[in-house]
Amino acid sequence: MTARVQVPARIARGDVIQVRLLIQHPMETGYQRDDTGNVIARNTIRTLKCRFGGQEVFSAELSSGVAANPYLQFPLRVTGPGTLAFTWIDDAGVEGTHNQPLEVTG
Amino acid sequence: MSEPIAINRRNVLLASAGTLLAALPLGAWAQSPFLKPSPIGGTGTSLTDFLTGGAPLRLGRVRLDLPVLAENGNSVPMTLSVDSPMTDTDHVKVIHLVSERNPVRLMASFHLGPRSGKAEIASRVRLAGSQRVFAVAQMSDGTFWLGLADVVVTLSACIDES
Repeated sequence: MTARVQVPARIARGDVIQVRLLIQHPMETGYQRDDTGNVIARNTIRTLKCRFGGQEVFSAELSSGVAANPYLQFPLRVTGPGTLAFTWIDDAGVEGTHNQPLEVTG
Repeated sequence: MSEPIAINRRNVLLASAGTLLAALPLGAWAQSPFLKPSPIGGTGTSLTDFLTGGAPLRLGRVRLDLPVLAENGNSVPMTLSVDSPMTDTDHVKVIHLVSERNPVRLMASFHLGPRSGKAEIASRVRLAGSQRVFAVAQMSDGTFWLGLADVVVTLSACIDES
């Protein structure tokens, strides 16, 4: 599972930024069937967490109500330089991680 | 002497149904709100009651933006914002997104805090048909606020077997 994170290129200390996250995941609802008529098992990202500076700053519980390849945008007040550490887990028990360093000026 | 119960199809079905009901207390779904659909309004514990713990839900402070007309229910852009200063003492704790018609009613929950700086979330959701979508925000002072949006979906997300 790959993910892409977008943050502003220039961040000043104390800024409230919008973190944009895109994870590649089918978010299978469990209601669809494949070509041979078999039900495709539900597989959605269940929980997603974002830590910054060792502290949890955002988390979300998702379901099949979120579109495939989930896109999330959430705010964060940047108190200093650090790394955004994302972790998530899906129904199949597969865990994903992504780290995004934040460069802070001023 | 009591009459022996005949082991036939009907009795076996009745007995197994009874066992199933006994094993599933009322509101068992509440332990896994993501997995089971649940009524909103009507009789029984509503999903909103489950989210608020029975606390009053007031309309306002939450703004839920969805397109009035969505061509494709598989991916509908959604923006949520809550009127809150997002300070240590006064902030949004969690925002739940609830669907009226999706098989999974509780679509997503977003946890925020004073570190968020502001209360604004954007994502893309699946909608199984035209419906009203609700956003329930829980504040740090324990109050609950509701925002809603009506969407007409031209092509429903294929999340029903129909």
